[in-house]
Amino acid sequence: MSKIKSVFVPGKAGGILNVYITAGYPQLNSLAEILPALQDGGADLVEIGIPYSDPLADGPVIQHSSTVALANGMTLQLLLEQLSALKDRLTVPVILMGYMNSVMQYGFEKFCADAAAAGVSGLILPDLPEFEFRKEYGAVINRNGLDFIFLVTPETAEERVRRLDELSNGFLYAVSSSSTTGSDKDMSAVIDYLQRLKKMKLKNPVLVGFGIRDRQSFAAATAIADGAIIGSAFIQSLENSSDPAADTTRFLQSIRS
Amino acid sequence: METSYQHPSPEGYYGRFGGAYIPEMLFPNVEELQARYLQIMEEPAFRQEFNELLRDYVGRPSPLYLARRLSQAYGVQLYLKREDLNHTGAHKINNTIGQILLAERLGKKRIIAETGAGQHGVATATVCALKGLECIVYMGEKDIERQAPNVARMHMLGAKVIPATSGSKTLKDATNEAIRDWINHPHDTHYIIGSVVGPHPYPDMVARFQSIISEETRWQLKEKTGRETPDRVIACVGGGSNAAGAFYHFLDEPQVELVAVEAAGLGIHSGLSAATTALGRPGILHGSKSIVMQTEDGQVVEPHSISAGLDYPGIGPLHAHLFDSGRGKFLSATDEESVRAAFKLAQLEGIIPALESAHALAALDQLDLVNGETIVLCLSGRGDKDMATYMKQLQMTNGANYE
Repeated sequence: MSKIKSVFVPGKAGGILNVYITAGYPQLNSLAEILPALQDGGADLVEIGIPYSDPLADGPVIQHSSTVALANGMTLQLLLEQLSALKDRLTVPVILMGYMNSVMQYGFEKFCADAAAAGVSGLILPDLPEFEFRKEYGAVINRNGLDFIFLVTPETAEERVRRLDELSNGFLYAVSSSSTTGSDKDMSAVIDYLQRLKKMKLKNPVLVGFGIRDRQSFAAATAIADGAIIGSAFIQSLENSSDPAADTTRFLQSIRS
Repeated sequence: METSYQHPSPEGYYGRFGGAYIPEMLFPNVEELQARYLQIMEEPAFRQEFNELLRDYVGRPSPLYLARRLSQAYGVQLYLKREDLNHTGAHKINNTIGQILLAERLGKKRIIAETGAGQHGVATATVCALKGLECIVYMGEKDIERQAPNVARMHMLGAKVIPATSGSKTLKDATNEAIRDWINHPHDTHYIIGSVVGPHPYPDMVARFQSIISEETRWQLKEKTGRETPDRVIACVGGGSNAAGAFYHFLDEPQVELVAVEAAGLGIHSGLSAATTALGRPGILHGSKSIVMQTEDGQVVEPHSISAGLDYPGIGPLHAHLFDSGRGKFLSATDEESVRAAFKLAQLEGIIPALESAHALAALDQLDLVNGETIVLCLSGRGDKDMATYMKQLQMTNGANYE
């Protein structure tokens, strides 16, 4: 079983918490403090964003963190080096999230191999479409033992949700509304949508992302979905942080304690 | 089967470039376009309305003008395809007319667009006024400062102009913001992209709307010279929509040389350039695989050109394929060469070109021209919008003062 899937223990109380952080934010080497604090503070999964100049699917908060990280000097190569150095301290499964252009420039095959060697368990590449995944990239990802996680939205037709679920491993990423990250959307519409997904009895657990910001929204989402992903709210809590580890611990306590 | 340069594969590939690298949030909108654009464009009622508007509203066909004095200066027969005489002053309106008719048929009520210099924004605001649709134009904060007259034109036409404040605050970021707007409005909104860029089917759709340029060129040239094909076609390339239109009906005729002219800025290796094929590598930008100016780490870099319309760090996938396959000849002209070429056209022919089109004119100095050969050059836009730049040049050369 994949390391990601192994965190989904039947009957686990409170739902799976996946926390997103942009690599190189707020400081170039912040991952070394933030990742252990996330693990110790009870995050079940961590998602690390590869900073990119043109992050199309991201809202202002994550865009800004990406800009800061790039100005700090973060690169994909350095990120993989940082993860390699942290590998032995981390038991929490690590997922990399980024855009295709970054990965293409690094070399797709080499990226998958180096990421796996650095202890990465899964990939989220929102602009890698199903067609290209089937034609070329899926085989490389699978060959390197990485899980690939597709996104679905309330607009994704049922038949397509099933296809993307079939291609995904670890979990399926349910975008809570057709929106860039960090937008404020009505939680009740999200609930209807999550119930619809639940009735489909998909192969993978469902994690809901985009719009989860606090204890209430996390509880509402995980009452139905298997877990939730928090990104923008966590990034905001680290703005101007002088002690990212302590702020990370505090943030996790505010979500569930 | 012989390969055609005109048509991409069903998945939107020209050779190894193209495709639709989009997040799932855009999938329903893009899929709807992919499924319906060709069928809608082929409907007789669509064709009729499109052609009527091009004739009565845009003023087509645009003239094919034999520039006698400029021809004499180069020892060739040089024909200018006068897109500068279109309503709103450039070729951009050919595409926005087509896309607004398509948006209507898709039942969309809200139109978004990106713009750099403001030409595409004005052309979009124009057709939205014509059809009574809401219009939102994203424009880089820096470009809003640099292009105040076009911002005012858009306002006067009833459009809302939203500054793009992310990234480098120019065209590339305005495009990102427009795409993000589309993600957040999945039902009622159509995105009118202004060039042959973006996810499939945009490059093909925009090329088809712009192909009217070469369609007219063929019969106009036949009328004037007895033959339908010139020896060369020259056009400037930013994203590449006027070049796509000017090349389109000659793409599969290898005897016609296709010359694409990029903006070299202060010089290809000056660090301030927009010559994408010279400086870029294969990559993904705004939803398609093409050639992209970027760092080793894959961060898209900010280009430079005196011409805002060519100031883009990528090119359309069709052009990337023309470059890759050798079908197109890619040249570049510097800011200075282009301004010089603009003055030359003004003084020999009485036509003030847009700075973008001036790049195509500047290429005449770089080609090994054959005496008497026939050239068609796409004069994509007029120079009114560029008078501030031209005034600076006049101040430098004659000490004139226009304060």
